[in-house]
Amino acid sequence: MKNKYDILVIGGGPAGAIAAKTAAEKGFSACIVEKRPAIGVPVRCAEGIGREALHEFIDPDPRWISAEMTGASIVAPDGFLMKLESALAGNKVGYILDRKFFDRELVWKAAEAGADVFVKTRASSPLMEDGYVKGAKVECCGKVTKVTADVVIAADGVESKFSRWCGIDTTVAMREIMSSAQYVMADVDIDEHSTVFYLGNEIAPEGYLWVFPKGKRIANVGIGISGKKSGEGHRAKDYLDRFVKKTFPKGKQIEYIAGGVSVCRPLECTVADGLIITGDAARVVDPLTGGGIYNGMYTGRLAAEVAAECIAKCDVSKKALMKYDKTWRASKMGKVIERNYLIKEYLIKQPDEKLNEIIHSVSKLNLKEFTTMSLIKEIMKVNPKLMLELGALAASIH
Amino acid sequence: MLKVHRDICGYCGCCVSVCPEGALELIDAYLCIEKSCTSCGICAKVCPLGALEVVHEK
Repeated sequence: MKNKYDILVIGGGPAGAIAAKTAAEKGFSACIVEKRPAIGVPVRCAEGIGREALHEFIDPDPRWISAEMTGASIVAPDGFLMKLESALAGNKVGYILDRKFFDRELVWKAAEAGADVFVKTRASSPLMEDGYVKGAKVECCGKVTKVTADVVIAADGVESKFSRWCGIDTTVAMREIMSSAQYVMADVDIDEHSTVFYLGNEIAPEGYLWVFPKGKRIANVGIGISGKKSGEGHRAKDYLDRFVKKTFPKGKQIEYIAGGVSVCRPLECTVADGLIITGDAARVVDPLTGGGIYNGMYTGRLAAEVAAECIAKCDVSKKALMKYDKTWRASKMGKVIERNYLIKEYLIKQPDEKLNEIIHSVSKLNLKEFTTMSLIKEIMKVNPKLMLELGALAASIH
Repeated sequence: MLKVHRDICGYCGCCVSVCPEGALELIDAYLCIEKSCTSCGICAKVCPLGALEVVHEK
C-alpha cells in the first residue's frame, strides 16, 4: 500500500468498485480498502436489478447472472395475485444477480484499470487537516498505516461510519430502516422467471416480502419490515419463518442472512471538504423498492468524475465537490428517490383493505415499459380517487 | 448495558445505522459497542434476528 493516493475509496461494494474504476480509468491513482476478508460476501441483498440499469454499467455475464426475469407478481394482503407482464412476451425486464461474483467482477475491473485493492483492511479514522478530510488511518491485521488522499470517497454501506467520524450525522430513523432477513431456498415451487412481492400488515408491516428466483427451484426468499414494527417475537425473522413454513414447507435453507435497508430521504448533504459520500452510505436507496445496486454504481461513478475534475483544478473544497451533490439530486435517480419516497410514505399508511382495493382494481396490466412508474400510472388510471389522495404527488407524476 | 448475543448476531449492520450516538461499529463479523452507548434500546428493537438486549444492572 502506498502512503498517498489521489482518491481513497472506503468500501469494496458496487459503489466503491465503480468509483475506483472510474478514477483509475481517468489516470488518477485510486485505492479501495475493504474491511471484510473477501469481496462480495456475505451477501446482504435480494440481488434484483432492472435490465437497463445494469446495462448502463456492464454487459450481463452468465457467471454472475443467476436468473433473467420476464415478469413480476404482486400478492395483495388477501392473497389475490396480480401478474405483471411485459407487453412483449418473453422480454427480459431485469436480472437476479449473484452478488458474490458480481461484486468481485466489479472490483476486478477496478483493479484491471489500475486501482489498488486491499481486503481485511479497515479505515479506522479520518485524517483531518484544517477541516479537510485528507485521507484515513487504515488498519490491517494490527498494522496501522496513514494513507493520505486528495479526496476520500465513502462507500461503506448501510453500516457506514466514515462520514460520521467526519462530523456528518448519518443516523437512520427507526421507522425508516427496513429490518431485513433472507434465506436462499432450494427445492421450492416457483416461477423461475418472475419475481413475487407480498404486501400486507400481517405479512410484512410497512415493508414487503419477496421471492426472487435464482434459477430452477431456487430463490431468495426475504423480508423487510419497518424498524418501528420490529420487536421481541415479531422481528423480520419471525415473519419470514412463518411465511416459509406455510409457503415452502419442504424447501431447504442453504443460506441465511440479515440486513438493514434505509428507506429515508438521502443525507441532507453528501459532500464535505475532501469527502464524497456514495451509495447506501449516502442513503440513496430507492425508498419504495429498497433497491440500491444501481444507485450505488451511479453515485460511485459520479463521485469519481467530480473528484477527478476537482483534483485537476486543485480545489477539493466542499463548495467545489457540491457539483456531485447537485448533479445526482437533479438526475433521474434523484428525482425517482424523491417521488418514490412520497409514494412509500403514502402506501405504508394504508390499511390492508385499501391495498386490496388498489391491487384488485388492476387485474392484468400490459405495460409498455416495465418500471415502478408505469405501474403507478396504471394504478392511478383505474383508481381516480387515488389522484385526489396523493394530491401534489399525483400532479408531479402526470 | 447493551449485550450482544453473538450466537444470534448475523453481523448485518442494521443496528449501526440507527444508533443515535454512533456507538456501534461492525468490524468484519464482530459488533463493537463503544462507551458512548446509552442503552437506549433502539438497536435491540430493530435487530432483524433479536441479537441485542438491554440488560438492566442490579
